[in-house]
Amino acid sequence: MSKTAISVSDLSKKYGDQVAVSHATFEVPLGTICGFVGPNGSGKTTTMRMLLGLITPTGGTGEILGESIKHPEKYLPRVGAMIEGPAFYPALSGKENLNVLATLGGFSKDRVQGLLEQVGLGDRGKSKFKTYSLGMKQRLGIAAALLPNPKLLMLDEPTNGLDPEGIQEVRALLRSLANDGTSVFVSSHLLSELELISDYLVMLRKGEVVFTGKMSDLMLSQQPVIIAKGAHENDLTLLLAIAQQAGHNATIRDGAVHVHGPADWAIEFNRAAFNAGITLSQLTPQLPNLEETFFEMTGDK
Amino acid sequence: MWHVAFAELRKLRRPTLFFGTMGAVVFFSALFSSLLFLLIDSPQGNSDRGRTIGREVLGLATGGVQGFSNVGGFLGIIALCVFAAQTAQEYTYGTLRNLLVRQPGRLRILLGKFIAMKLFALLMIVLSAFISIGASVILAPGAEVSTDLWFGADGRHAILTTFVNVTISVIGFGTIGMVLGLLLRSPISAISLGVLWLLIVENLLIAVKNSWEKWLPGAQLNAIATGGGPTGRSEGIEFSQALLVGGIYVAIGVTVASFLFVRRDVAN
Repeated sequence: MSKTAISVSDLSKKYGDQVAVSHATFEVPLGTICGFVGPNGSGKTTTMRMLLGLITPTGGTGEILGESIKHPEKYLPRVGAMIEGPAFYPALSGKENLNVLATLGGFSKDRVQGLLEQVGLGDRGKSKFKTYSLGMKQRLGIAAALLPNPKLLMLDEPTNGLDPEGIQEVRALLRSLANDGTSVFVSSHLLSELELISDYLVMLRKGEVVFTGKMSDLMLSQQPVIIAKGAHENDLTLLLAIAQQAGHNATIRDGAVHVHGPADWAIEFNRAAFNAGITLSQLTPQLPNLEETFFEMTGDK
Repeated sequence: MWHVAFAELRKLRRPTLFFGTMGAVVFFSALFSSLLFLLIDSPQGNSDRGRTIGREVLGLATGGVQGFSNVGGFLGIIALCVFAAQTAQEYTYGTLRNLLVRQPGRLRILLGKFIAMKLFALLMIVLSAFISIGASVILAPGAEVSTDLWFGADGRHAILTTFVNVTISVIGFGTIGMVLGLLLRSPISAISLGVLWLLIVENLLIAVKNSWEKWLPGAQLNAIATGGGPTGRSEGIEFSQALLVGGIYVAIGVTVASFLFVRRDVAN
């Protein structure tokens, strides 16, 4: 039995001369939550579509739950997916929409009400889909993805439109599914969310994989950031110059100087600032979060 | 395939679509049969395009199904709209990707949807037959048309033959609607193009040159519904020719649309 939920090698997709995904190679171990991140247009949705058999790759190979992506009929009965937002028939109720999908997939319709309750739509199942808010539509999409009792769940931006409480519920749901052995492959632009729940990470930029591996390995490999603020706003440029003259990569962001360097350089930085007549109001060495790491690696922002 | 068909039937039975379509079937079936008898003495004619169908013809064994046969083409247009909308809306709603994730066999999806829509069309045809023949029976005495031969052995044969012909015609129209839905991927475009072609473009072309009638798809399917013969605008099309030419159109459309559906990336 395969130990990976997803395994792709050199997976590529071209539309004419435009490269959407270029030689993507990564693995997602079974039973983990894997975050799939990248800027808009980096090829996340295209990759997911190829994995679900919706579009044909122009190159490379892939396996889902041990089966080649050339034969989606062999693995899709064990896969739940919501891709590019929830899409349902507007004139049918939420429950009826799930009944259509249950009939189509040959799943028991007895699960439908339970799933509606699991995603917080138990009392709105009879309302027409067109009357749902964006958050409710997302919840229905997640319920539909759970219909086959999947071994692998692929979700594209599942927290779009959800309120903070809803986001927390989805996070808890994904964690409990992973604890029960379901592998979860989830893309989101809310990197702070992925940081909280992901065990693994695949990072894309312009169709290419720039990182794949354990989230903890990525975070540990990052250089700490020293965040410094002066008592006066115009101290920032001087602080930036001090850090750069010391040979460190530094930027001004969110009203503070961010210096990439070893944490113990903070003492020297403080001394240099004092000598330059600057009183620091903040000096914090910290590991970068996923968002900062993401921007660092993708070169965006 | 059967899972797809049952799932499609769940969508087709939603009240607005179901009662809306069946309401249109009842209305047009009653209208076509009523006009046949109510306008029997009208100098403007009582059938399509000013054609007059007299008491002698209506009194024959085939008289009872004359209205049903006349409304066949219209049922075809309704089927075309339903088939086109049900197919193309999967693209506009984005629900096609749900279908393909749950049933990756694309030809099975097409076949399942086709079976479900065929059953829906069959229900339309049965309802239309009841309404048309029922209206004819009710209105015949007032129009001094004899109904003696309508339900004899020949009459029953005529009912069966007309039912089969109308069914072939309606399924043909519906299939063209499905093909347009797959090719254009938009219900509005598919329905507009289909209805515009069948109701306006074909009639204009036939008005310009009568002989073109023998080669246009809508005319073939209409001729199948009426069992061939004169149409009021020309000497008409032989039933066998209509079956052959209409069948070729449908077969080409189905082949091209199925090929594209199977090969095309689902990228929206």
